[in-house]
Amino acid sequence: MDNMARLSSSQCTKVFLQRDFTEGTGVRFQNKFPQELEGKIDRAILERTINTVNSIYLEAESLSGRTYCESCFACMTAYIAYLCMDTHYEKCLKKVARYIEEQNKTVFVQQGLMLVDPAERGLRVFEICILTEQQNR
Amino acid sequence: MMARQTGIFYLTCTLIIVTSGLFFGFDCVYLAQHVTPAIPAIGGALFIFVMATLFRTSFSDPGVIPRASLDEAAELERQMEVPNAGSPGTYRPPPRTKEVVIKGQVVKLKYCFTCKLFRPPRASHCSLCDNCVDRFDHHCPWVGNCVGKRNYRYFYLFILSLSVHCIYIFACVLTNLILRAQQDNFLTAMKESPASVIEAIVCFFSVWSIVGLAGFHSYLVASELTTNEDIKGSFTARRGADSFNPYSKGSIFKNCSQVLCGPVPPSLLDRRGYVVPDSSQAHHVSGPETQKERESNSVNVRHEYYGSTTVTNQKTGNMGTNTAPDLPPPAVVTTADEMLPAGENVKKREMISYQTPDGTINNKLPPLNGRSNNHAAIHGTNPGSVYPQPYRHSDYLSGTSVLPAVKGNKSTMSRGCSTDF
Repeated sequence: MDNMARLSSSQCTKVFLQRDFTEGTGVRFQNKFPQELEGKIDRAILERTINTVNSIYLEAESLSGRTYCESCFACMTAYIAYLCMDTHYEKCLKKVARYIEEQNKTVFVQQGLMLVDPAERGLRVFEICILTEQQNR
Repeated sequence: MMARQTGIFYLTCTLIIVTSGLFFGFDCVYLAQHVTPAIPAIGGALFIFVMATLFRTSFSDPGVIPRASLDEAAELERQMEVPNAGSPGTYRPPPRTKEVVIKGQVVKLKYCFTCKLFRPPRASHCSLCDNCVDRFDHHCPWVGNCVGKRNYRYFYLFILSLSVHCIYIFACVLTNLILRAQQDNFLTAMKESPASVIEAIVCFFSVWSIVGLAGFHSYLVASELTTNEDIKGSFTARRGADSFNPYSKGSIFKNCSQVLCGPVPPSLLDRRGYVVPDSSQAHHVSGPETQKERESNSVNVRHEYYGSTTVTNQKTGNMGTNTAPDLPPPAVVTTADEMLPAGENVKKREMISYQTPDGTINNKLPPLNGRSNNHAAIHGTNPGSVYPQPYRHSDYLSGTSVLPAVKGNKSTMSRGCSTDF
């Protein structure tokens, strides 16, 4: 699956969903349905996926009591605690990765699409590959 | 640690370590006997905290935004070229900006020609480190790194603890001299412990700037501003009556807790990833040891030299980086897989596009790049393409990047915190 994330554009068409900054600098992707995907996938399914991913990022970046305690605890242990455990943000990024992988397996690859985890693209874009026939496994 | 010139960082370390060393070696001996042994204990704790935050600031990723992949860059350029199709003969489109409304405030997003992406709000490109940095505060030469989203709190703790440490040493040194002077006169006291005099001088001159800086950054933290925004006056009232800071949470306490205790995204760079040159296009494969999702980046990638671009095809056996700065013709190291484009010989392109940290673009051409792998950028001249697509990754080892030899570069040195205030 790792190699699939490295498809070059000669092998498949790529569609990019850019970041949505209307709520601030937090990580959030635009939910507008790209034209190239018309007919390939149901609009509602893609919107649901993007909304779920956006909500996980929102949770990652929220300043809750848990984040606060985690930061203070890590500071007090001179940040050695970060060697032992993942931060809340990292846990959320892993959650996004698992969710996207699961969505790819169950929904998208069957329709001839593949979602790429935004963390693979530096949280700049949400990439959707339109697979050609030989890649549909 | 991404600054190319690391000398000032060594100066910072030396000043702190030498002054503290003199303090522990000379003043503490006297003061521990005559006043209390808590003095060296507190001094020691402060010193450790200062050095820890200094190293944490210097050696952590400030929040670098990895450069756009080839496909993303191509897509963006395709979107940008279409409106410019009607201007033949010029390779210079106007700098692109996008406007975004954040909580009612209009914010302009600039296109970064180096990183091939539209910068998120509050991000800025640091020409010294040659990267776009998220929530860019400033490039601090004293710390040898940019200060951005991921390391701002450590920077703030560093200057705060350093000002406390400075004042503490100064106070202890004065106590030492005064106690000694009670037995003799002041001049004899100074002769008896000359180290105290040295420390007093160093602390006296540094305390003004450091305490001033700490105060300034306390104001910035409380109002959720970056140094960059404050200098540019992005959100001050004089720009228009309805200009406000859309990132502020409203109260000082909330702003402070957001900046100092908020969640920190993990680094988006993969410093340990190996690069496998792809035969058709350059793509990065994460090294097997990456457990977290990261944009692959090779530590072997050399910076592109901005002064001119040449096409060479030398095989590189080592995985090292080119540490030679400012060589006049720059050797661009590639693997033997890559061939020179047919018919193209070594050509020199004098024109480069250079983007200053505040986004203005010098009117020069961006460097051309026919194809690239991750060891370097191979430059070819391709008259057909208006927008070449360099696909470069920064070299994140300190001191191994090439300083862009552009005359506009000097003006950006003033971004360092030493000369800003």
